[in-house]
Amino acid sequence: MTLGEAVREALAEEMRRDSRVFICGEDIAEAGTVFKVLTGLVDEFGKERVLDTPISEAGFTGIAVGAAMTGMRPVVDIMFGDFSTLVMDQMVNQAAKVRYMSGGKCKVPMVMRATLGASRRSAAQHSQSLHAWFAHIPGLKVVLPSTPYDAKGLMKTAIRDDNPVVFFEDKMMYKLKGPVPAEDYTIPFGVADIKRVGTDITIIATSSMVQVALDAAKMLEEFDISAEVIDPRTVWPLDEKTLIESAKKTSRVIVVDEGYERYGVTAEIASVIAEGAFFSLEAPVKRIGAMHVPIPFSPPLEDATIPTERQVFGAAKALCG
Amino acid sequence: MTTVLDRSKAHSESDVQQWLRMYRQMLMIRLFEEQVNDLYTRALMPGLAHLYTGQEAVAVGICEALRLDDYITSTHRGHGHCLAKGAQLGAMFAELLGKEAGYCKGKGGSMHIADPDTGNLGANAIVGGSAGIATGAAFSAKRLNTGQVAVCFFGDGAMGQGLLYEVMNMAALWTLPVIYVCENNLYNEYTHNSETLAGDMLTRAVGFGVPGERIDGQEVRKVYATAKTMVARVRAGAGPAFLVCDTYRFHGHHVGDINREYYRSKQEEQQWKTERDPVKLMLDWLTTEKVANRAQLDQIQNEVKAEVEKAVQFAMAAPYPAVDRVAQDVYA
Ligand SMILES: Cc1ncc(C[n+]2csc(CCOP(=O)(O)OP(=O)(O)O)c2C)c(N)n1
Ligand SMILES: [Mg+2]
Repeated sequence: MTLGEAVREALAEEMRRDSRVFICGEDIAEAGTVFKVLTGLVDEFGKERVLDTPISEAGFTGIAVGAAMTGMRPVVDIMFGDFSTLVMDQMVNQAAKVRYMSGGKCKVPMVMRATLGASRRSAAQHSQSLHAWFAHIPGLKVVLPSTPYDAKGLMKTAIRDDNPVVFFEDKMMYKLKGPVPAEDYTIPFGVADIKRVGTDITIIATSSMVQVALDAAKMLEEFDISAEVIDPRTVWPLDEKTLIESAKKTSRVIVVDEGYERYGVTAEIASVIAEGAFFSLEAPVKRIGAMHVPIPFSPPLEDATIPTERQVFGAAKALCG
Repeated sequence: MTTVLDRSKAHSESDVQQWLRMYRQMLMIRLFEEQVNDLYTRALMPGLAHLYTGQEAVAVGICEALRLDDYITSTHRGHGHCLAKGAQLGAMFAELLGKEAGYCKGKGGSMHIADPDTGNLGANAIVGGSAGIATGAAFSAKRLNTGQVAVCFFGDGAMGQGLLYEVMNMAALWTLPVIYVCENNLYNEYTHNSETLAGDMLTRAVGFGVPGERIDGQEVRKVYATAKTMVARVRAGAGPAFLVCDTYRFHGHHVGDINREYYRSKQEEQQWKTERDPVKLMLDWLTTEKVANRAQLDQIQNEVKAEVEKAVQFAMAAPYPAVDRVAQDVYA
C-alpha cells in the first residue's frame, strides 16, 4: 500500500467508525485533492462529510476549530504546507489555546493535514517545510510519518486525539509503498521508531529524510560504519528517551530534517541530545536541514538546498573518521 | 509594422495601430503558451505551468490602458499579464526553464515572474496573495504623487480570500489608485465557482463603496474601452475600482490536468473555444471591418511565430545559474 492510500484508509475507517468525523478543504471531493490522496472518499461519505470549500483557508480552519469545540471531529486539508501562513491565527491563537484559556473546560479535537517538502520544482511558495512553527506552540501536537504503516496508525491516533494535531505529509512520499496490516491499529504519539539498528552513529531523521538517512546508512555500511536510524514520528510530543539512549550507545549523532536548521527541529533535537547525552558524545551533534534560503525554482539550485544521502553520508564519515 | 489600410471605414491611423497591437499581443501570448505546453509535454520544462490561453483579451485589453510605469500584480496564471505589460519573450522562457537569463535568474519560475522595469511587481503562487502588494503600490503612488495606478489581477477563486476584502476596504477609505481585476474563468482549480461563491461578486465591492463593472472578457476592445475609462477615473483620484471580466481557460488548470471531464464537459470547452476565442474574435472583427487584410494578418502571425521560436531557442541554449548563486538575493 502507498503512503497516500494509507492516509486515505485511515480517514475512511475513522469516518466509518465515528460519524462526527468530517474532512474539509479545497478540491477534496470529486477531485480527491490535487495529489489524489482522497480519491473516492466522497463516493462513500458524500459531499457533506467530504466538504469542498472556497479558497478560504483561514475561514474554514476557523470553522473547524469552532466545530471541534462543539461536538464534531474535523480534519482540515491544507493543500500545501506553505499555506500554513494563512491559518496561523486559527491554529496558534485559537485552536492551540482554547483548552488552556478555558481552564480545561473546552477541547479542540481536530486534525490539520498539510503537505511539506521540496524538489517538485514548485518554487518558494509551494515547497516549504514549516512543521517547526507548529511544534513551537504549546497546545499543538505535530506528526510526520515516514512510512505507510506509520501514516495510517498515526492518522488514526490523530483523529481520536482530543487535541489539535497537525499532520504533515511529504508530497514526494505519496507513492512510497510499504506493508500495512488489514486490522485496526493505532500508533501512540511520542514513541520514536528505530528504523535501523546500528552501533557507531545515530541518525535521527523525520519524514522523507528517514529514507535519505537509510540510504546513507547503506552507503556507510560499505565503510564498516554501522548507523542507527531513528524516526521520532512526532516532533511534539518528542520521545526524548529513545533518542538519548541511542546517542549514549553510539556516541555520535546527526539530525536530518527538511525544515530550516535555524531555530528548527534539528536545533531542538540537537539540544535534547546535548543535554541528555553530553558525557557520552564523541563529537558535537551535527545538524542537516534545508539551506537557509527560500526554495529556488531552478532545478540545479533547488537540488542544492535539500539534504541528500551523500551529504548525510559525508557528515557521518567525518564524524566517525 | 507596415500597414496598408482599407479606408472605407475611415478608422483613424492610431486606432488601427492600437487594434493591431492588441491583436499581436494576444497572439503572442497564445503562441507563447503553446510553446510552454509543448516544452512541458516533452518534459523539457520543470515544475508546473498554468496556461493563460483563452484569457488573452483581459490582460491585453487592460494593459493597453496602462502606462509603462503603472503597476500590476499577477497570479499563478500570469504569463499573459507579464507579456501584456511588456515583458520580453526570451527572458520569460528562460525563467520558465530555470535559466540564469530569466527575469528572476531562474529563482522564481513560471509562478513568480517579476519585472519592475515594466511595472510588474510579480506573479504570485498564493491565491489572492498579491492583493496587499497591489494596494501598497497604489498607496506609494498616492503618497509619492506619481500619478501611477496599480492593477491587481486575480482569479475568481481569490474572491474567497479575506485579505482581498481587508485591502479593498482600506483602498476605499484612503481613496487609493488601485483597480482590482477579477478574471472570472468559472473555476477554482477543479471546482466550479457556483460551489465557492455566494451572492454576487460585484455587490461585494459595492459594500465598500467601490464601483464595480462586469464585462465580457473575451472582447479585447470592450475590455480596453472599459479599462481606459476606469483607469482615467482612478488616476484622477476617484479611489479604487473593481472589474470582473468573464472569461475561460482553454486548457486544464495546469498543463498536467488532462482528464477533466469530471468537473467540466468537453462540450462546454468546445463551445468557448469555437464561439468565444478572444484571438479569433478579434481576428474576425479586424477582417470584417477591413482594418487589415489577410496578408497583413498573416504577416503578423508569421512575425510573432518567429519571435516566439527564436526566444525558445535562446532560452533552451541559455545556461543554468551557477549553483553558488543559490545563497544570493536572500537579503537586500
Ligand atoms: C492560498 C492558496 N490556496 C490554495 C492554493 C492552490 N491553488 C492554486 S491555483 C488555485 C485555484 C485558483 O483559482 P482562481 O483564483 O479562480 O484562478 P484560476 O486558476 O482559475 O486562474 C488553487 C486553489 C494556492 N495557490 N493558494
Ligand atoms: Mg478561476
